[in-house]
Amino acid sequence: MSQSLFSGSEVFSHLLNTVLADYVLNSLILMAGVGIGTIIMGVPAAWLAAMCDFPGRRWLDWGMLLPLAMPAYVIAYTYTGMLDFAGPVQTVLRELTGWGYGDYWFWDIRSHSGAIAMLVLVLYPYVYLMARATFLEQSSVSFEASRNLGYSPFRAFLKVAIPMARPAIIAGVSLALMETLADYGTVQYFGIPTFSTGIFRTFYGFGDANGAAQLASLLLLFVATLIFVERYSRRKLSYNIRAGSRAMTSRIHLKGRRAWLAALACFIPFFFGFLLPAGQLLSWSLFDAQMPWSDFLSLSWNSFYLAGLAALIAIILATLLAYTQRFNPSKLIKQASQFAALGYALPGTVIAIGVLAPLVFVDQTLLAFSERFGLGLSGLIFSGTLFALLIAYTVRFLAVALGSVQSGLEQISPSLDEAAKGMGRSPYQVLRQIHAPLMKSSLLTALLVVFVDVLKELPATLMLRPFDFNTLAVRAFELASDERLVEAAPPSLMIVAVGLVPVLLLNRAISRHKH
Amino acid sequence: MSIESNTLPSAYLSIENAYAGYAAESVVNGVTLNIQQGELICLLGPSGCGKSSLLRCIAGFHALSSGRILLGEKRLDDGNTQLPPEQRNIGMVFQDIALFPHLNVTENIQFGLFEWPRKEANERSEQLLTMIGLQGLGRRYPHELSGGQQQRVALARALAPKPDLLLLDEPFSGLDAALRDELIPEIADLLKQEQITTLMVSHDQAEAFAFADRVAVMNQGKLEQISQPDAIYYEPKSRFVAEFIGEGAFIKAQYIDRHHVSSLLGQSRSTTELSEIPCNKELFIRPDDVEIVEHSEVVAQVESKRFRGGQSLLSVTLEDGQPLAVTCHAVKAPGVGETIYLALKQHRFLVTDDPSKIEPKNEAR
Repeated sequence: MSQSLFSGSEVFSHLLNTVLADYVLNSLILMAGVGIGTIIMGVPAAWLAAMCDFPGRRWLDWGMLLPLAMPAYVIAYTYTGMLDFAGPVQTVLRELTGWGYGDYWFWDIRSHSGAIAMLVLVLYPYVYLMARATFLEQSSVSFEASRNLGYSPFRAFLKVAIPMARPAIIAGVSLALMETLADYGTVQYFGIPTFSTGIFRTFYGFGDANGAAQLASLLLLFVATLIFVERYSRRKLSYNIRAGSRAMTSRIHLKGRRAWLAALACFIPFFFGFLLPAGQLLSWSLFDAQMPWSDFLSLSWNSFYLAGLAALIAIILATLLAYTQRFNPSKLIKQASQFAALGYALPGTVIAIGVLAPLVFVDQTLLAFSERFGLGLSGLIFSGTLFALLIAYTVRFLAVALGSVQSGLEQISPSLDEAAKGMGRSPYQVLRQIHAPLMKSSLLTALLVVFVDVLKELPATLMLRPFDFNTLAVRAFELASDERLVEAAPPSLMIVAVGLVPVLLLNRAISRHKH
Repeated sequence: MSIESNTLPSAYLSIENAYAGYAAESVVNGVTLNIQQGELICLLGPSGCGKSSLLRCIAGFHALSSGRILLGEKRLDDGNTQLPPEQRNIGMVFQDIALFPHLNVTENIQFGLFEWPRKEANERSEQLLTMIGLQGLGRRYPHELSGGQQQRVALARALAPKPDLLLLDEPFSGLDAALRDELIPEIADLLKQEQITTLMVSHDQAEAFAFADRVAVMNQGKLEQISQPDAIYYEPKSRFVAEFIGEGAFIKAQYIDRHHVSSLLGQSRSTTELSEIPCNKELFIRPDDVEIVEHSEVVAQVESKRFRGGQSLLSVTLEDGQPLAVTCHAVKAPGVGETIYLALKQHRFLVTDDPSKIEPKNEAR
């Protein structure tokens, strides 16, 4: 952020006097709702999946992660299509009861509660994943120790399992809240003014880059707090699971009514977070949508090559960073890669502003030069091209790639390098014969995850895309905003389908880890 | 073995013909074990011998499939119904220590005292902190303590509710050797002083010998022998115990009568009564059962020697090529290749049937 917080911008002081309080308040309401909602939806399900056995557990354990593939804005307009006045739910209700317009009260999904519900449905897996991992790791030993000291199973759960999982739950909630702050599509679609919509509006509506940057800096304060909370909790967590962990000796076998209740508690998040909206999208795409194939293909092509390019850049940078750190483990480099990893916490709108401001300056300088020396340059050389988008994606998703590459590299013990060198291999041969095969799967994972994240990313793409350049995400959102929900279904379905791949990989990695 | 312990008066913990297992596999196969009040007993055996499973049955984390476990007047498990672990009043120290990471030392120690009045719970935890020598560290968190300190806190936590029995599940296996040597006698003394009946599980014989009044050797779910440590070492009652504990070699021997065999080392007395068939026996000789003498009828050649600080361990071959290990004073140790003369220092040995005559695949080279 080059612009400082309180330098004079008229639009900003105007904002300060009028809508800023709304932005803050709305963002806080959403955060509170999403925080509570993800805990209620994620923690009990995590405990059931980790500690108990009931019909369909394995299957639901897997299904509960699928909402990760759903972008919040997609689920938001899908549910709107189903629940609004003309949608199937209200239509059936009216047919059954004979009520007419205005005769009855129905939940307005375009509200704070609606936005919270949508975000909770796709963000609870963060809490679920973190909590489940901790329950699995802490379970047997601490559970037995507390039984041994006179605690009944339920008392042990309340007094030991939950407090020990608290840092994990907090870390999961912090991640969900970061995503909440970063969300643009849902709140924009529901007409709830928050920081991210405010930044967008200030930038486009008022054409005020400074004002937008100042809003973005304010938003960063929120994000920084969340980052701090998340890192602090993870550090505490690392103490909590320090002790060697044994596999669960036996799950609690639920029978009868309890078993069905447990299965229901796990089925609800899966059903509403994935099955129902994905089914609706599929039905719209197959039976109702009128999008010409050529449009659909060109959108997909745009999205795929952009995502592919961004993923390649991110993977190359991440590999360079990770290897620099390995061969040159200085504190500076460690801090540099930690700093690079912060990008993931930054909302797309903030990054867009951050990328745009310097690029516009560069472009203007270049144009001024060109005019003076007659070089014949014209237009926006950097800020109006894919260049800006690629930079923004790299900043935002480098962390994801870096995490995967680093964990892959950690698996390769330095003594492996030394052994190979000891047997007369050159550094290049070591890379090719030892590292390349061992790193292959982590590099592929990193590539894939960045690819999918770019595919889903909405606000940065909206702000930075070149004129008339559309991607699946942008087009889906535009169509939905024009109330052409059915037409928005095919591109959305494509995003969800591609997004499923890394979720399935994650699932496989988790179940392999368990054995 | 069960006979000798059953004749002692009023067993405190008694395990009667216990069987337990998982799914299709039986891991505890008819164990009978009686422990007196205040005794320190160690269950010793290789991994997978069922010792930990037996401990978990006593603690209540695993059910017996048949048999009984009684603690004083309390019936813990009769093969059908089990007393839940929280009602057994048994303290346990876990292999991975399992201190609650989110509670400080005092809170960990007081964890089992939730029904005690606050003042008494405070007094109790202070008393235990003093006993384990960690006064003033009550506010520390587990991750701020060293491994040995954590171990002591785990012990204090288990002792706080004044358990009727203390179980230790390989409690020293995570510690380094020096710390272990320091901690084991310290904890054994403390438990003796407090007269706490204790059952420890270990796979390390040095640990078992340093800790226990009596050692119970387990193999394949069965108790092989329960005796005082020196008797386990010098008078093993089975081939398994002989091989599992310490070092030694089996020498071919011939049946003479119900109590005697003859071998290259002369005539020896058996610790057990022998049967005539098969008449091929083996005699178990520990390295320190034999000494080097000026001259004797037993001739051997030194094949190799290992210095062990104060003592040397010699690998020798007897006249007919059978290997034997001998210890001798390091300074007086003969060189490799030298011919030496041996004599037995004692005359009672474990004699078993020669397994090579039963299983042809073990035919000597």
